[in-house]
Amino acid sequence: MKIRALGLWEVALFFLLAGVIVLNAWLSPYFLDVYNLIDSTFSFSEKALIALPMALLIIAREIDVSVASIVALCAVLMGVAADAGASVPVLALLSLCVGTAAGAFNGLIVNALGVHSIVVTIGTLSLYRGIAVSIVRDGSYTGFPGGFSWFGQHYLWGYVPVEFLIYVIATLIFGVLLHTTNHGRRIYAIGTNPDAARYSGVPVTRYRVALFALTGFMCGLAAVLLASRLSSVRLDIATGWELQVITMVVLGGVAIAGGAGTILGVTLAVFLIGLLTFGLSLVNVPGIVMNIYIGCMLIAAITLQRGATFVRLHLLSSNKET
Amino acid sequence: MRSQLRRARTTPLFRQNPWQPVSDFPPLLEVSHLSKHFGGVHALTSVSLRAVAGRVLALVGENGAGKSTIVKCLTGIHAPSSGSIRVDGVPHVFSGPQDAALVGISAIQQEPSMFDDLTVAENIFVGAQPQGRFGMVDWRAMTSAASGILDRIGSDIDPYATMKSLSVAERHIVSLAQALSADARLIIFDEPTAALSQSEIQHLYTIIEQLRDAGKAIVYISHKFDEIFRICDDYVVLRDGMPAGEGRIAEVGKDDLIAMMVGRTLTEIYPKTAAEIGDVVLKVSGYSHPTEFDDVSFHVRKGEILGFYGLIGAGRTEVMEAIFGLKGRSGGRLSLDGKPIDIASPAAAMKAGLAYVPEDRQHHGAILPFSILANISLPQLDRIGHGIFLNARAETALVEAFAERVHIRASSWHQPVAELSGGNQQKVVIGKWLATRPRVIILDEPTKGIDVGSKAAVHETIGQLVHDGLSVILVSSELEEALGICDRLMVMSEGRVVAELERAAFSSEAVLAAASRGNT
Repeated sequence: MKIRALGLWEVALFFLLAGVIVLNAWLSPYFLDVYNLIDSTFSFSEKALIALPMALLIIAREIDVSVASIVALCAVLMGVAADAGASVPVLALLSLCVGTAAGAFNGLIVNALGVHSIVVTIGTLSLYRGIAVSIVRDGSYTGFPGGFSWFGQHYLWGYVPVEFLIYVIATLIFGVLLHTTNHGRRIYAIGTNPDAARYSGVPVTRYRVALFALTGFMCGLAAVLLASRLSSVRLDIATGWELQVITMVVLGGVAIAGGAGTILGVTLAVFLIGLLTFGLSLVNVPGIVMNIYIGCMLIAAITLQRGATFVRLHLLSSNKET
Repeated sequence: MRSQLRRARTTPLFRQNPWQPVSDFPPLLEVSHLSKHFGGVHALTSVSLRAVAGRVLALVGENGAGKSTIVKCLTGIHAPSSGSIRVDGVPHVFSGPQDAALVGISAIQQEPSMFDDLTVAENIFVGAQPQGRFGMVDWRAMTSAASGILDRIGSDIDPYATMKSLSVAERHIVSLAQALSADARLIIFDEPTAALSQSEIQHLYTIIEQLRDAGKAIVYISHKFDEIFRICDDYVVLRDGMPAGEGRIAEVGKDDLIAMMVGRTLTEIYPKTAAEIGDVVLKVSGYSHPTEFDDVSFHVRKGEILGFYGLIGAGRTEVMEAIFGLKGRSGGRLSLDGKPIDIASPAAAMKAGLAYVPEDRQHHGAILPFSILANISLPQLDRIGHGIFLNARAETALVEAFAERVHIRASSWHQPVAELSGGNQQKVVIGKWLATRPRVIILDEPTKGIDVGSKAAVHETIGQLVHDGLSVILVSSELEEALGICDRLMVMSEGRVVAELERAAFSSEAVLAAASRGNT
C-alpha cells in the first residue's frame, strides 16, 4: 500500500510535468503569466472532475464510456428546464439528479447482465446521446437565467475561477475517500480480486452501483459547469470527452486491469495534459495536431508502466533469492 | 507410432522377470548429480534418479522440495546448473520443451493449458498437424489419428469436441494423447489427481498401468500416499532440494516415506484433541437449491468438529456457500442457538458469527497482492475503523492478536500474501476469519495442496479452535483426514446427505460405500 502511495509512476509524472512547464516557459513568454495560467484551467476542470470517479471505477475493474453522453443529456435537460423558466438551484439539482440516475442505471445493468461494463456503457453511450440529440435536434438552448453563469464564468477574489476551485475541492475529497477510508480499501480489494472481496463480505454489487452513480453525479456537476461556461447547449456538447477523461486516468497510472492507481497520479496527469495543451496552443499548434502529442504521451506512459512493473517484479524476485 | 508398437512387443521381457533388480535394466532416463540454483537459492542439490521403461517412479516430497524444478529441468524449461541428463545413455542438454519432446520426454501438467476454442484433435496435434495437398491441414487424417490414440488409452472423448467443453480429467487425457502423438517414452504426471473424482482417478490408474505395460517409463508426482502405494514401483524422496531416500515401494512403509520427507517422524499426522462438546449451535434444515443440492439438514454442537465427506461434485461446497450467503437457495431454514436467522449475504453471515474459509485459497480466500494486514482486516474494516476512516493502529492490533495465534511465518505484516508459501497463505485466510470471532467456522478443504508439515499445523489449529469452544465444519475430500479429526461425519453424494456417522462408527469402508452410492 505504501509503495502505491508514492510510486515510481507519480515521481515520473512529476518530472514530466516540471519538464513541460520549463519547456513551455522557454518557448513562449506568455506561458508563465498568472492570468493566462488560470484561464488555462477552464480547458480541463470539467473533464478532470469526471476523471476522479472514473479513476475509482477503473481501479474497481469497471469503466464508463458513456460519461460524455451523460453530460450531454444533463445539459440538454437543463436547457429544456431553463426554457420552462426553472431557477438556478433547480437547474443544478436537476442536472445532478439526472446524472446520478443515468450512472446508477449503468451500474444496475452491469450487475443484472453480468457483462463487462465497457459493453453496457457503449450501449448507454448511444442511448443517452440519442435521447439528448432527439430533444435538442439541430437547435440550441440559450435561455439560461442570469445567475447561472456564476458556476462557469465567475472568479472568486478576482482571479480564482469557481470551476477550478470546485475541481480542487473534489480532488481533495476523492483523495481522502480513496486513500484513507474503508471504502477506498474495499475499492482496491474489488479491483484486485472481486471474488475474494465478495468472499470476505464486501458487498461488491452495491459498490459497483454506487461507483457508477457517483460517476453519473460528477457528470451532472460537470454538465452544470459546462453549460454555465458556454451558456448554450447544442447537440455536439462534450463530444469525445470520454476518451479525454480515460486518457487522464490512464496517464495518471491507474491500471486498466484494476487494483492500482492514485488520485495524486490522476491529478498530475490532469495538469500535465492541461498545461501541455495550453503551451501548445500558445505556440499556435492546431488542436488536431495536439491530439498527436497527447496520444504519444499516453502510449509512452503505458510503455513506462509496463517497464516499471517489470522492474518491480525483477527486484522482487531478486529479493526472494537472497 | 511405429516405435511404440515395437516397444510394446519388447514389453513382456520386462514383466516376466519382476524379481530382477532395477539396476539390471538399462534406464531410459538417468539423471545424475543434477543441481539447479536460482541466484543464491539452491532449488536442487545433486539429485540423481533413474526411470526405467515399464516401471512407475514416484517422486515424493513436500511443497518446495524441488519436485517441480526437476520436472522443469527434464522438460527443458530450466537449464540445470550442473549434473547430467542422459536418455538411453546419451547425455542431452535441452534448450527448450521441444528438445525434450524430441527425445521422448513429456510432462502432463496439473492443469493442462490448452487452446480452449479448438477441437480435441487440433489440440492433440497442435504444431504437428498432418498436412495434405498445398500444405493444408489434412483434417480427416488428423481426426482419425486422434481417435486412434484416444481409443488406445480407452477414452471415448469425441475428437471433434471443443476443448472448453471437457472436464479437467478429460483435459488430462487429451494432454496425455498429445504426449503419445509425439511418441513420448517418458511421461511425467505432475499431481494429476488433484482435481479428479474417485472414478476418474481409477480410470487414470488403468491408463497408467497400460502405458507402463506398453513399455513407457512413468514419473509420478503426488502428495497422496494411497496413490503412490497403489500405482508406483519405485520412489525417490526429495527434501529441501536434496535427495532424501530412494528404493522400491514394496519395501517401504508410509511412515518411512513421511520420515524421509519431513526429516522427522510424525507419530500422528492426524492428532485428535479431545474437546468438550456442548449444545447445538448451528442447525440447518431442508436447505435446497434448484440444481446443486437438495434437502440438506444437519446441526453442529459447540466444540464439535463436523466433517463433510463426498466426491468432487457432491455439492458440499455449494451447501456451505449457501449457508454463508454467497449462493442463493430455493428453500430451507437456519438457526443459531435455537433462534431462526436469515442470511442473505456474507456480511450478514459474518455478523451472525459464521466464518467460511473457501476451498480456493488463491482466488477466493486471499487477495494475494494485498499485505497480510490488509487481508486480515478486510472483513471487518467497519468494526475497527474510526467511522469510515481506516485505523492503522487497530488493524495492526487485530493482526498481531490473530496472526500470532495461527503462527504465520512472514518477515512483516506488510508483506504481500502472494510472497508467502501455500501453507502460510492458508494460515492468513484462517487468521482473517478467526479475527471476526466466529462461533462456527466452516473450513472447505483447508489442507488441500499444502505440505505435510503445514497440514499438521492446520490440524493443530483446528484442535485448538474446538478446545476454545468454537464449532468447526470441515469439508474434506481426504478420507484419512475426515476420519482422523472429525467427531461426526456427514457423507454427501449428488447433492444429498446420504449418511451420518458418529466417531464410534467410523470406517473407511462405510464412508466410501455411502459416498459412491449415488454414483452407481
